[in-house]
Amino acid sequence: MKLDAKIPEGPLAEKWNKHKFDLKLVNPANKRKYDVIVVGTGLAGASAAASLAELGYNVKAFCFQDSPRRAHSIAAQGGINAAKNYPNDGDSVYRLFYDTIKGGDYRSREGNVYRLAEVSVNIIDQCVAQGVPFAREYGGLLDNRSFGGAQVSRTFYAKGQTGQQLLLGAYSALNRQIELGKVKMYTRSEMLDVVVVDGKAQGIITRNLITGQVDTHSGHAVLLCTGGYGNVFYLSTNAMGSNVTAAWRAHKKGAYFANPCYTQIHPTCIPVTGDHQSKLTLMSESLRNDGRVWVPKTLELSQKLQKGELKAKDIKEADRDYYLERKYPSFGNLVPRDVASRNAKQVCDEGRGVGKSGLAVYLDFADSIGRLGQPAVAAKYGNLFDMYQQITDENPYEVPMRIYPAVHYTMGGLWVDYNLMTSLPGLYCLGEANFSDHGANRLGASALMQGLADGYFVIPYTVGDYLANIGPAPIDASRPEFAKAKAEVEEKIKTLLSLNGTRTVDEYHRDLGHIMWEYCGMSRTAEGLQKAKGLIADLRNSFWKDVIVVGENEEVNQSLEKAGRVADFIELGELMVDDALNRSESCGGHFREESQTPEGEALRKDDEFAYVAAWEFKGINMPEALHKEELIFENVKLTQRSYK
Amino acid sequence: MSGHMNLTLKVWRQKNSTTPGKFVTYKADEISPDMSFLEMLDVVNEDLVKKKEDPIHFDHDCREGICGMCSLVINGEPHGPKRATTTCQLHMRSFSDKDTIVIEPWRATAFPVVKDLVTNRSSFDRIQQAGGYVSVGTGGVPDANEIPISKVIADEAMSSATCIGCGACVAACKNASAMLFVSAKISQFALLPQGQPERYARAEAMVLQMDEEGFGGCTNTYACEAQCPKEIKVTNIARMNREFFNAELIKS
Amino acid sequence: MSNFSKAFSSTLGRKLIMSLTGLFLCSFLIIHLIGNFQLFKNDDGLGFNQYAHFMTHFTPIKVVSYLLYASIIVHSVWAIIITRKNRAARPVAYAIKPKDGSIWSSRNMGILGTIIFVFIVVHMSNFWYKYHQGYTPYIEYQTDVKTGATTSRVLDASEFKQYTVYVENGVEVIQTEDLYKEVAIAFQQWWLVAFYVLAMAALAFHLIHGFQSAFQTLGWNHRKYFPIAKFLGVWGFGLLIPIGFALMPLYFLFK
Repeated sequence: MKLDAKIPEGPLAEKWNKHKFDLKLVNPANKRKYDVIVVGTGLAGASAAASLAELGYNVKAFCFQDSPRRAHSIAAQGGINAAKNYPNDGDSVYRLFYDTIKGGDYRSREGNVYRLAEVSVNIIDQCVAQGVPFAREYGGLLDNRSFGGAQVSRTFYAKGQTGQQLLLGAYSALNRQIELGKVKMYTRSEMLDVVVVDGKAQGIITRNLITGQVDTHSGHAVLLCTGGYGNVFYLSTNAMGSNVTAAWRAHKKGAYFANPCYTQIHPTCIPVTGDHQSKLTLMSESLRNDGRVWVPKTLELSQKLQKGELKAKDIKEADRDYYLERKYPSFGNLVPRDVASRNAKQVCDEGRGVGKSGLAVYLDFADSIGRLGQPAVAAKYGNLFDMYQQITDENPYEVPMRIYPAVHYTMGGLWVDYNLMTSLPGLYCLGEANFSDHGANRLGASALMQGLADGYFVIPYTVGDYLANIGPAPIDASRPEFAKAKAEVEEKIKTLLSLNGTRTVDEYHRDLGHIMWEYCGMSRTAEGLQKAKGLIADLRNSFWKDVIVVGENEEVNQSLEKAGRVADFIELGELMVDDALNRSESCGGHFREESQTPEGEALRKDDEFAYVAAWEFKGINMPEALHKEELIFENVKLTQRSYK
Repeated sequence: MSGHMNLTLKVWRQKNSTTPGKFVTYKADEISPDMSFLEMLDVVNEDLVKKKEDPIHFDHDCREGICGMCSLVINGEPHGPKRATTTCQLHMRSFSDKDTIVIEPWRATAFPVVKDLVTNRSSFDRIQQAGGYVSVGTGGVPDANEIPISKVIADEAMSSATCIGCGACVAACKNASAMLFVSAKISQFALLPQGQPERYARAEAMVLQMDEEGFGGCTNTYACEAQCPKEIKVTNIARMNREFFNAELIKS
Repeated sequence: MSNFSKAFSSTLGRKLIMSLTGLFLCSFLIIHLIGNFQLFKNDDGLGFNQYAHFMTHFTPIKVVSYLLYASIIVHSVWAIIITRKNRAARPVAYAIKPKDGSIWSSRNMGILGTIIFVFIVVHMSNFWYKYHQGYTPYIEYQTDVKTGATTSRVLDASEFKQYTVYVENGVEVIQTEDLYKEVAIAFQQWWLVAFYVLAMAALAFHLIHGFQSAFQTLGWNHRKYFPIAKFLGVWGFGLLIPIGFALMPLYFLFK
């Protein structure tokens, strides 16, 4: 199948407007005859469900959490970008577009990204109207800050919990529609398959996480808003429940998976303390504005630090290596996330890391405290310092913070066209779950923007076109495809419960995480990836023979829930490795050691790899088929990034 | 840094909402002080699963103190002994070697136990659905800066909006009252200009729904404020009272 | 349902009833205390007995007193209703008693209120009931209008018809029920005094929580003025008023 991204013709700035006009509309009287299924209630899902219900469609919304408000969008700290140009500092839709394309290392579509920048301004208006308490200036107008090294202040924020406030806004809009009866909300329900009838997505199979009951739900369209797959690494900043299952099962039913190897690794996370570690905590990267990153110059000193024989303050200035400042004199500690992360890994691999595990570098505020005074530093970073102390029991005002990179966001996801429809007709994918707007690397404060753009301002238009085309005839849930999909899901659950092996699901998950982190993490080689491929295949075979899943289906069974998710992560891991192997260039979050400049910087190969790699599932134990969507750049000139 | 700890856990186990529950004692050995409380439970659970026993079920998700999914009454305190901290961010260094830790679910009529330490908090959702929103649809809204809001008001609304909906206020209150939660939401909108058109209808609808769910009344012990992981203030409750009395007795 | 009945049948409305009746009872305490200071006067009870007569025979005050009795009953009955509802909200108790940083009195208003209620019953049967049923002794005061010197003599029940005041030959004569004596006799009993002091302690704790709590319930928690209510609640209603009342039985016991 030839991938058609359906990017509208015409000048960049007019594409979306023209497209909106070209899209078919559903007769207002007919809207109530359509059922739309929305899976996931984060920013993308909640905003989509609410907006579609407002239009008059019957929406069925699903989340695995106990309340839609708990989706992991809630954890975003920093802010949301919008090209409002309130500070009069030279921002524009075009600049946000350009920054996003460039930040994504030229691996995203111009049309999509421009639309994202265009609707970003509407998002802020919408959220403010809902009562989202964004930070304000004394004059009563909205405050903006510069974020993630951007040259303009375009980030709107609400204390350190922008994600929660935006999600509560979308959740409130969703609640209003639930109250009005236009959205039927299913909490603690996990989607386990999509039902395909006559080549179209017409329903889903869910498991009720309280009763274990497996149900079928039919709809004229299915929207997956199920977030990213960072938990394939076991340790990540994602929530414990974040999973790829919905997207992966859809993939196995025909939706292509695009660019799975693009993962973002965030440099300022709190280091791992031991095998018991269940998740990683991110600290805002704004810390790098005032903190200096360093490790000792020599192995010997590092080893003494690791053993606790020396403390950071015992290391003399001359024995410290401020490696980011040394290597990147013009950007220093403010190099982009991927560069900062990779360099931290490098010094730790050399054995120069600090902390008990040696897997950490210092982020030192002593200079800033000396220069600005502790109160000024506390005013800026007080919350973060408190959080750090809470977790590590160390006072960052007195000793340098220890940080280490952690998996944070996945740019890859289900392939979608300009309408956000996957390669499976009737199945849409929104937010982090799709691959569309961030290319190979996401800029700070852009995830919230994309989730809400998709849900509030894109899908309400595009899904209507599809629905108008298929017509309002009711979906026949008695078609055998529904019963078959349900039976398959039940069979899979039965298999998992019957294995009665010797290793726990968490053990498999940890093993998978180690493999992925080691070979498909911050830097990748063909050799390592080949090795990982074998290891994951072995892991998958072992899993299906030897995993322990206790309990039964007809009850709350977190062991069973986890088992299903980890099984899918293992399969995804194999595809990520394949994708990483295929892309023998370095771009954004994907660094192939074979493809670097003589100075050791990432080397992109635009003539070979300026495409989206969309993978088609062909069956288990079968290699997936690669489909390439060429990326066409008509407006921006491709350049190599440099932070020297 | 202190060494590893050996602990005794007394955990509420309950198969489902209809089966009576009981306390079961577990040993948690070799616990690192760097573990979070939930990671300590993970370790215990991993052992249970190895022994093919049903692991202890508890709600959790983000493990960074913001999703509001984790709960647990630990030695009589919702979210444990540390102030302004959720269970997921409570670390084992808050405990000592040979401690006995009693772990119970949130106890309230409106939060029935689902399994073990997992409770059903959908009553909170229904209260929000009753009116916890500004009735604006997508699109057609004014420019964000057309609604100036004094920084003082915006900050106060933000403080109320900080609530994560975990239900610790209900768990802490001797009357299992949800007023801190409900008042935080009512306050956010009562303070902001966007909330004004539906101000009184909202207060009425949310309070009546709260009553319908079977939460107790407030007797101003302020246990909720003391135990709230996000330090929501009881001044919100006074504001809610004012809004509700205004709604029913003056503005109607 | 009308807004009015919705309001008062809600949890918030029930609180409102508690706070309004509570504040009304607080205001009574002030009047009662000021009036009762007459007990400390060294006038053989003249001032106190006059005051007692005024309070029981002046129509507006009588109306208020019925409101007061109603308030006591409503405050108590609603307390029982609220407690029952609140208990129902947590049918399964915690195995470990919650530590929550709240003050003891706020959690034990029911116990404190019960002590106070028993006290009110005892108190009213001691004085109010006897006074209204005419079981009190009688007294006649004779005051020389010129010198202001007062003498008194005990009146027999047969000599007393009704409360009378007249002036004859430059002497003002007042015949009245002698509630003062009744008080003086009652407070010779140490156990009754002890009970009164205990009840006032309960009142103190009840009001330390109750007074400021009423303002919180009413929503009168202005950040500038609420501290005044808190101050009055602790120092005025929690300390001054209960001590003032407690001094009265002690005064007669040690007189």
